[in-house]
Amino acid sequence: MSHIEIRDVSLVYDTPSGRVPAVDSVSFSIKPSEFLCIVGPSGCGKSTLLNMIAGFIPPTGGDIRIGGQAVTGHGVDRGIVFQDFAQLFPWRTALGNVAFGLEMKGMAKEEREAVALRQLALVKLEKFARSYPHHLSGGMQQRVAIARALAYNPAVLLMDEPFAALDALTRDEMQRLLADVWRETRKTVVYVTHNVAEAVYLADRVVVMTPHPGRLKSEISIGLARPRDPLSVEFLDHQKELLRQLGER
Amino acid sequence: MTEARDRMRRLVRGGLALVAVAAIYEAVARSGLFPTVLLPTLPVVAHTLWASCADGTMPLHAFYTLKRVLIGCGLAIVVGLPLGILMGRYRPIENFVLPLASALMPIPSLAWVPVFILWFGLGDQVAILIVFYAALFPMLLNAWSGVRSVNPLWLRAASAMGADGNALFWKVMVPAASPFIITGLRQAFLRSWIAVVGAEMLAASDWGLGWVIFDAKEFLNADVMLASLAVIGAIGFAFERLVFGSVERATVLRWGMVQATKG
Repeated sequence: MSHIEIRDVSLVYDTPSGRVPAVDSVSFSIKPSEFLCIVGPSGCGKSTLLNMIAGFIPPTGGDIRIGGQAVTGHGVDRGIVFQDFAQLFPWRTALGNVAFGLEMKGMAKEEREAVALRQLALVKLEKFARSYPHHLSGGMQQRVAIARALAYNPAVLLMDEPFAALDALTRDEMQRLLADVWRETRKTVVYVTHNVAEAVYLADRVVVMTPHPGRLKSEISIGLARPRDPLSVEFLDHQKELLRQLGER
Repeated sequence: MTEARDRMRRLVRGGLALVAVAAIYEAVARSGLFPTVLLPTLPVVAHTLWASCADGTMPLHAFYTLKRVLIGCGLAIVVGLPLGILMGRYRPIENFVLPLASALMPIPSLAWVPVFILWFGLGDQVAILIVFYAALFPMLLNAWSGVRSVNPLWLRAASAMGADGNALFWKVMVPAASPFIITGLRQAFLRSWIAVVGAEMLAASDWGLGWVIFDAKEFLNADVMLASLAVIGAIGFAFERLVFGSVERATVLRWGMVQATKG
């Protein structure tokens, strides 16, 4: 049984200099509650693929199904976290940002604030509920973005290099936090990154893509027990294997 | 370092500039180079101002002027703000409104005064229409720019969370465009204030600060003119600082969407 089914998905851009294939017949599937990482160098179409799963870009070939339903546009069955800190609404507090999706559902103010506060507690930011985004650090803003994407309880969480713009120390901390959040919520996660160690730390399975045009190269299962130790031999072996896959074209 | 002390310092600096200019004026006025009828000393102007305030004429003139500004500018906001946002949202509306705006905008509002007098006669209507005309374009164009400058990521995030139509408009577009909208309100008010005085000079009868200045010319009452100018400046300043300053502090400054200027 698979939760997300990606079948022969292609995307061709029409540019003035001709048709450019960005993603070339990619197929794979994702199981319920699986944490899947898509890894590849820039230009391999990994973000484009995520945007197609999100429903922001329609594929020019193939189809994407979530829970058996074909994706035809964006929907509240998917939560999305972008790389850019500016994704939060600056005119809303952390709580207001997290409550936005619930507000759109028509949930009453008190109820949605209670739910939003629980989500903020999940990312350890309940003390900053009343702060505006510009008073929060980059890492905190990304945590609010994660809480916001989870608040309206989507089945799938889509993440587009959410920690790529953070410093290394904060990134490690955020990865641990995300692993905890995932263990507690058991969402199906599709996580795009170019960071190999990050993929090995987080993923159940890693999909490797290569650029020009974006193709699926291989899939690697990460069978390590959690919480994972990034300095263990097994961890480094997986990391080496992934790097080898990425290195050869 | 503290906020209060910073505020105090800014106030003192602003006051110093005013005092310096006043001192230069006073020196020239007392130098005897010009007749005092044309260049009255500040105490004379202050006395005239005080007397006209005490007998209620100056407040009444100011009231008439303010009424024209608030009605004309209010109408311009009611029309310009939604229209500007719609322009930014829908291409056909932009295609229709933008050429009109580009053609009408360069025409000084005062150039319409004679035309409007022919159409509507002397009085409030003309002044209000002139104010409306002057305020409309800054409001319209700023709202339009504001919508076009909205970070597309916010729209994406909002629609992913199920926002559409009305919610997207009121809960995302309008607050996202607020730095521009506030600038638009400011400029609209400023232009209104400039336009109303000119319109009153040409089209008002008996009441209004612009009319007072124009009327005082007939009797060589330079002190009355300067007193009225002081009132015009003071009211404009008060609105800028108290109304728009507070709106800005409560919204875009608080949200970090614009930065406060430093020392």
